[in-house]
Amino acid sequence: MAGLAASFGSGAMTNSINEIAQAACILVTGSDTTSGHPVIALEVKKAVRNGGKLIVANPREIELCRYAGIWLRHAPGSDVALLMGMMRVIVDEKLADVAFIGEHCENFDAFRESLRNFGLDFVEKVTDVPSAKIAEAARIYATNKPATILYAMGITQHTHGTDNVLATANLAMLTGNIGKPSTGVNPLRGQNNVQGACDLGALPNVYTGYQRVDNPDVQNKFEIAWGCSLGSSPGLTLTEMLDAAHSGQIKAIYLMGENPVLSDPDAKHVQEALSKLEFFIVQDIFLTETAELADVVLPATSFAERDGTFTNTERRIQRVRKAVEPVGNAKPDWQIICQVAGRLGANGFDFEHPSQIMDEIASLTPSYGGVSYQRLEECGLQWPCPSKDHPGTPILHVDRFVRGLGRFTPLEYKPPAELPDEEYPLILTTGRSLYHFHTGTMTRKVSGLNAIEPHGVVEINPVDASSLKIADGHKVKVVSRRGEVICKAKVTKESPPKVVFMTFHFAESAANILTNPALDPVSKIPELKVCAVRIEEVQET
Amino acid sequence: MVICEKTEVTNLTIDGQQIAAESGMTIFEAATKVGIYIPSLCAHPTLPPSEECGLCLVEIEGEPEFVISCTTKAAENMVVHTETPELRQKQRQVLEKILSEHPNACLTCWRKERCQPFDVCLRNVAVTERCVTCPKNGRCELQEVADFLDIEAEPIPYKYRGLPVNRDNPFFDLDYNLCIACGRCVRACRDVRGMQTIDFTELNGYRVAGPVKANHKESECRFCGACVDVCPTGALMERCGKWQGLPEDSIITTCPYCGVGCQLILETKQDRIIRVAPVLENSVNQGQACVKGRFGIAEFVHHPRRLTMPLIRKNGELTEASWNEALDLLAEKLAGYKGDQFAFIASAKCTNEENYLAQKFTRMVMASNNIDHCARL
Ligand code: SF4
Ligand code: SF4
Ligand code: SF4
Ligand code: SF4
Repeated sequence: MAGLAASFGSGAMTNSINEIAQAACILVTGSDTTSGHPVIALEVKKAVRNGGKLIVANPREIELCRYAGIWLRHAPGSDVALLMGMMRVIVDEKLADVAFIGEHCENFDAFRESLRNFGLDFVEKVTDVPSAKIAEAARIYATNKPATILYAMGITQHTHGTDNVLATANLAMLTGNIGKPSTGVNPLRGQNNVQGACDLGALPNVYTGYQRVDNPDVQNKFEIAWGCSLGSSPGLTLTEMLDAAHSGQIKAIYLMGENPVLSDPDAKHVQEALSKLEFFIVQDIFLTETAELADVVLPATSFAERDGTFTNTERRIQRVRKAVEPVGNAKPDWQIICQVAGRLGANGFDFEHPSQIMDEIASLTPSYGGVSYQRLEECGLQWPCPSKDHPGTPILHVDRFVRGLGRFTPLEYKPPAELPDEEYPLILTTGRSLYHFHTGTMTRKVSGLNAIEPHGVVEINPVDASSLKIADGHKVKVVSRRGEVICKAKVTKESPPKVVFMTFHFAESAANILTNPALDPVSKIPELKVCAVRIEEVQET
Repeated sequence: MVICEKTEVTNLTIDGQQIAAESGMTIFEAATKVGIYIPSLCAHPTLPPSEECGLCLVEIEGEPEFVISCTTKAAENMVVHTETPELRQKQRQVLEKILSEHPNACLTCWRKERCQPFDVCLRNVAVTERCVTCPKNGRCELQEVADFLDIEAEPIPYKYRGLPVNRDNPFFDLDYNLCIACGRCVRACRDVRGMQTIDFTELNGYRVAGPVKANHKESECRFCGACVDVCPTGALMERCGKWQGLPEDSIITTCPYCGVGCQLILETKQDRIIRVAPVLENSVNQGQACVKGRFGIAEFVHHPRRLTMPLIRKNGELTEASWNEALDLLAEKLAGYKGDQFAFIASAKCTNEENYLAQKFTRMVMASNNIDHCARL
């Protein structure tokens, strides 16, 4: 989310979920919303029923295409070209909101310069979308206000994911679609508490509320509050940690509630890295593929057995409430950490209830300053909520951007890190299913969900299927430069020609054995959405 | 810059009460807003009205006929009555017509409040036709309406339909014998979910709601459960917890799956989750959820393979250990890895408080800024 922070000063969803239905135009890109965020998809459908125009940009024929006025089926990884092409049309046809740009934004001229490279002929060639369609989408977005942009992992999981995000930010600023109801740029967070984990400083470079570790004032504040001295240089990101574990620099990892063996790109590398650790602690509710590698496994409670809060994708801090007693000797994660810290002789971990932890968070975090369990009772609070009498903030950047002026960023088109060639002629793109979640740790334990969708498949267009002589339901081998996976083929027009699709929920056919770990240089997000593969038939025995 | 639209107000009187309704509200909505109950079986706060059941009649002064209140807009200075004896008489007739198509011996029995599932039935009602053996017993809107209209009489002539129960999917059952064709499920699926999985159909001459193709899956059902949530009777029931009866307890919490953060009610009995339903009011999801939150929680929470004891690797094998042993080992080992050789991988599945503690622990106790989670994925 580095892109949005650079443009606007905050990386979070700018607007709220319940505003979507009133938008006159919605651009959904890089999100299969009905699968990834089903209840947000309902708001999109409501907007269409209210007469709003829906533009879907997606290589795959997702369910929302049925509701879309216009569907841009662009080549995977060509998002920057597509969006810049649209902006070129908006500028050329004088549909930009010049007054808004003049008053609220900076760096517009440099950005406009960079549009020169995006003549529609070039854009059509790169994206595979007819230029007339791109122009039409541009006009629809620019002239139907308020317009809002929704995006998800289909935008960020690229080696140039930050550029993709910057492009969406440019587009919103260009048309003045920011800081008002039903506008904005709205990253839909994948997991329930990604927003909260970031907000609360589970990041190498910031404490809570994005306060930088290399800012001496911040460091000082936390040193006084916690009564210790603290490091001022940012730590390693997840991918860097795994590399460091691989090379022996990191010797001990404490992992809580994640399953990187299934979720991270290049599964083999992750497994090797974790096996090299001298001491590996895993804390989870099940013995996951990752926990199998641990030296110590600690039983945690599920969300239903603990109190706490999650922050949803629209920055709303909401209560998690205990419904049942912990199973066996499982304990909530917060309690386990407190006990480990206690054994190590640390002070400042003697909490009896998560509400006390939230009070400490509020005292150290400006954007959570007004949050307390009492205030969350009704329907939560949307940050920033700086003080006890602040009602919370449904819309960011009202009147002025968080960073002062919105910053336009000049962009250029960069192809994906790995493109198809003779040996690996197809593009593999990955995504989520409605019926499973993330690595399936929870959903694959649910028999009904398994009955509806028992195993992973690779979706392939009928044209490719017939040239490869593969029939629906056939077992195939998907091979990339990093590994191979065997699964069944599903022949469907939902995948465009030359593009195949897999989900990453299934351990026995894990898409991340195939995907490319190449990172976006800024956000450090790996390119899970594009890699080159070939498909071979497997003779059933 | 937030636009605060001023809502126009319509003033009307219902049962002698002055009401300032938002303009555009129906009489039914205006009455519900101030807590006046008008019996109905097809109206639902999340659905467009349909007039299907014909129960929600009211009298408007100056109008020759009773009107259906769920589709009649409130008008300035309107004077409405909802509880005249004539209205009740008419509503009873409408209900009796509905009941002639639904098992009703229990509904009209004077003993219904006292009856337990294993009591001898005074009316000799077949087990399949008793409320006390119906999974919806105690939270059935048809029961509520029958109670409200106080139908205590001889059983209304009715023949058990003998239709099969549709169990074509893993999540919910559709008992065509209990369907009163109110159409709520059809509207929820079509008008709220944007799907067209179910519609009215005829089975052995009875009008019921059912999947448009051979089964729910083929009819593109997404198993969101919206139809189940609005069904006023026991026709559509989630299978999990179906026979558990009423919950002992319930709490509101946040869905553990995607970033929407739907608010869910977890109903529990004997320390187990028996049912999960979306929260209607004051929530991001406004009464909606998806298959994962609606049907994908209880089973993983209560799964037999949940970890219940700490495990320590001994001779290459993960072996059960006590908390004391595990914590001692952790403390002893971790003391030797302070600084840059330590890293913490926190989680987007854990709570805010836990992520806060994870980074505090890493930075303060382990003297390392190596903390991250899988947000990037
Ligand atoms: S649906 Fe309601 S009225 Fe009908 S048998 Fe069940 S509890 Fe009784
Ligand atoms: S579960 Fe959802 S999609 Fe399926 S029939 Fe019911 S409302 Fe429609
Ligand atoms: S199944 Fe339930 S909601 Fe649907 S029409 Fe029948 S009674 Fe009404
Ligand atoms: S119920 Fe479905 S849409 Fe709602 S938060 Fe859970 S997973 Fe997301």
